[in-house]
Amino acid sequence: MPSYLIMNPFGFPILTTTIFLPLVGALVILFLRNDRAIKITAFIASLFALGVSLLLFARFDYSSALFQFGEMTSWIASYNINYILGVDGISVMLVMLTTIISPFAILSTWNAIQIRVKEFMISILIMETAMIGVFCSLDFVLFYFFWEAMLIPMYLLIAVWGGPNKDYASLKFFIYTLSGSVFLLVAIIALYLVNGTFSIPEAMFKGYSFQFQFWIFLAFGIAFAIKVPMFPFHTWLPAAHTEAPTVGSVFLASILLKMGTYGFIRFCLSIVPQASFYFAPLMIILALIGIIYGGLVCLGQTDMKKLVAYSSVAHMGFVILGIFTFSLYGFVGAMLQMLNHGVTTGGLFLLVGMVYERTHSRQIYDNAGLGKITPVYMFFFGLFSVSAFAFPGTNSFVGELYVLIAAFLTNRIVGFFAIIGAVVAAAYMLNLLKKIAWGREDKRDIQDVSLREFIYMLPLAVFVLWVGLFPRPFINVMETTLVNLAMQLEKVSH
Amino acid sequence: MTLLPEIYTFLFSLVFLFLSLGKGKRPLFILARTLAVIGLVISFLSINASGLLFSGAYRVDYFSQIFKVLLNIGLTLVVFMFHKDDEVDNVPEFYMFLGFSTLGLTILVSSVELISILVSLEISSFSLYAIVPLRRAQTRDHLEASIKYLFFGAISTGIMLYGMGYLYAFAHSTYLVDIVEKTPVFLARPFGVLALLLTLTAFFFKLSLFPLHFWAPDIYEGASDATTTFIATVPKVAGAAVLIRLTMLANSPVSQLALLLIVLAAFSMTLGNLVGLVQKDLKRLLAYSGIAHAGYLMLGLLSFNEDGNAAVAYYITVYLFMNLALFYVIMLLSRGGQNLKISDLTGLARKSPLLAFTLAAAAFSLAGIPPTGGFTGKFFLFVNAFRAGHLAIVIIAAVNTVISLFYYLNLVRVSYSKEAQGPSVGLSFYEKALCYLFSIAIIILGLMPLTFMEMFRQAM
Repeated sequence: MPSYLIMNPFGFPILTTTIFLPLVGALVILFLRNDRAIKITAFIASLFALGVSLLLFARFDYSSALFQFGEMTSWIASYNINYILGVDGISVMLVMLTTIISPFAILSTWNAIQIRVKEFMISILIMETAMIGVFCSLDFVLFYFFWEAMLIPMYLLIAVWGGPNKDYASLKFFIYTLSGSVFLLVAIIALYLVNGTFSIPEAMFKGYSFQFQFWIFLAFGIAFAIKVPMFPFHTWLPAAHTEAPTVGSVFLASILLKMGTYGFIRFCLSIVPQASFYFAPLMIILALIGIIYGGLVCLGQTDMKKLVAYSSVAHMGFVILGIFTFSLYGFVGAMLQMLNHGVTTGGLFLLVGMVYERTHSRQIYDNAGLGKITPVYMFFFGLFSVSAFAFPGTNSFVGELYVLIAAFLTNRIVGFFAIIGAVVAAAYMLNLLKKIAWGREDKRDIQDVSLREFIYMLPLAVFVLWVGLFPRPFINVMETTLVNLAMQLEKVSH
Repeated sequence: MTLLPEIYTFLFSLVFLFLSLGKGKRPLFILARTLAVIGLVISFLSINASGLLFSGAYRVDYFSQIFKVLLNIGLTLVVFMFHKDDEVDNVPEFYMFLGFSTLGLTILVSSVELISILVSLEISSFSLYAIVPLRRAQTRDHLEASIKYLFFGAISTGIMLYGMGYLYAFAHSTYLVDIVEKTPVFLARPFGVLALLLTLTAFFFKLSLFPLHFWAPDIYEGASDATTTFIATVPKVAGAAVLIRLTMLANSPVSQLALLLIVLAAFSMTLGNLVGLVQKDLKRLLAYSGIAHAGYLMLGLLSFNEDGNAAVAYYITVYLFMNLALFYVIMLLSRGGQNLKISDLTGLARKSPLLAFTLAAAAFSLAGIPPTGGFTGKFFLFVNAFRAGHLAIVIIAAVNTVISLFYYLNLVRVSYSKEAQGPSVGLSFYEKALCYLFSIAIIILGLMPLTFMEMFRQAM
């Protein structure tokens, strides 16, 4: 076992179990015929994954910056490709996010998906496997396998169960992400030829020449920037979101986008630090453009889902901003924002999906004035929309505050523009909230939140308030890793 | 019995030669399938055979035996895929020519002397010239295709002979062993590189590499589905094998030859993929996809070492399975005998989920998306080309992967996202089993490449 891995304290390979439990569920579903049984099996499989991943926290060593619960098996020996798994403070939170979001997302499809339920659930479970795999892989080839394999089920989710313009959206999604990924592949091979191994931790902080770092950063950067998505690579996102079924949007916003920022913080910063410093001004400018541009576009939207989609562009800008300040505050803020965006935007997409199931429209006007008709729904919608513009007391406030502090410490002008972005966010979210709550007077027959919907919204709401009021437990998990990362970068910069 | 696989394939063909003389046309599926499986088993059993025969012109070693197994797998699967609704006329002759063609290819992968390479290549080619026109509903286009194939084939053989003449002039011997000894001398001269390149021409033709790709789209379109399946897969395996043997002549990297291969590869994949974008006929599309894949294959040859060659062998193995899978879907869908358009795939996922899945697995594999074999094979090719210092072609190939995705994804999109028209497609147990076999093979080749890679590595 290499030095960067800490042995797995459990008697069984816990990360492998977490990754492949959903896949086992998918295999079971293959033999089922009844739609209801299929849905229940999918839900239970993802619940099991959640349960196993909760065990991670029971034995997670908060004081270590190494990769924990390590597993290593030889895979393709002649090319030194290994099956290496391990999580540190950064990835354990994202694994958690994935396993938490997945069962709720599956629960939300109970009535929404009526056709080809079997294929749908299999796609979702395969995607969950691939998503957890991305965050746990410590070998580039393994990582790339999961990273790319995820595209297939996501593509099918949009292409088969999507809206009227699904052909265009799904193709654009696939082509965009793949064209970024092939450069990632070339960069991975380049790193292998230098290091002689595909192991990710062994490629970190190696002091490559600047020339080499420059090209590697570009190749990585394009792949991750498309995934985030950063301005100007964001155009696939609104298309994919508007056409995808609710659960597709939830996965896309909550987890797939995080892979881009995860890539930046895990690969770019620690493998090519000098190039990261060099490109930081560009990244920060693009992030700021994303924040403000995304916000301005949101102001003009009449489609609820599109609005939430564009707000993702703005929110992810904050994450990038935090990462490229290279400070501990920035990293903590970025990590928190990744989780917050996952929960808040995921929640908003679920809420949009709920109202769409009832009114079959995503236009703001058609869904306006719900305040008196569906009060419970309005409670959730209000909570998540104030969270989306970082209202104090909600989760995003904490994360955004960290990022803003880091931004101001780096450069006041940067901080100033970020603040403008935050104000714009308040404008469009409050505008949306106002219209949805009080926009129309007429009474319509719209059902309020059902028990099933209440069950999957409640934990997300609890999370919003918990992180908003008492973020310490979450920060504790990732602090050691982030402090270590900041220190390493500090060393390199001198 | 070092020659057992060859002798058996010969007997296989003879059986059908005699059957074709009789008048009664009985269904021969069971007989053909049984005989093919026996051939496959024999080739597996003689995998460790070795020896040098016919005064050194014929070499039986691990390399040749592995390729013989691959050729026999290809033949067996084609024979298994062939069904009674397929529109090939004169079934016994069809099997006979398939057998003779495979026999030629089997001899080819063992030949280490120029004349025997030529003779075995011609045995396989002439059998193929004969089966291309064997199509029931024959049109002028189909006939044109077979004539084209004959002419292009003959010309490429002629060019190869011309190159072989130079090789002989340099080395004063037709044995590859003697030629290898002289390679450092003659590859130092431009003419030597030209001679080797001209010699390779016939194999570029077999692989449909640019600029010898012209025949592929027309033949694929004009020949019957079963014939196309064979031509698109089995001869390419042997072509790759001989290319590996011949580039191994160079022993160490030869910059001029590498440069030429890079240019051919770049043109081949770019042209194949760009023209592939606008195709409507499914088999034509696959022809262009084949041209593009011939380009990818060259990446492995560039490194001039065992690893690169093993990557080529691995990729051609994956190529065999993913193409057979796609052609099988085509064969099952076009029971009327017409060529399939892409639009005929509409709603396939509704009509037959298994066929749609097989199609998707093959298409994603051809496009090179994990976890399929297409990705793993391409990955090895990229690593080896990059290791040999040819970054430019790796990037070109990577960009081409994205271009090709448009039309491969289109196949999946049409079959999954469109609503079905027409009745659902019923599959027999036997057909289902073959579909599962192909899909599983594609995924296994993607996830567990180690055993095969080690095997190929040893063989080089």
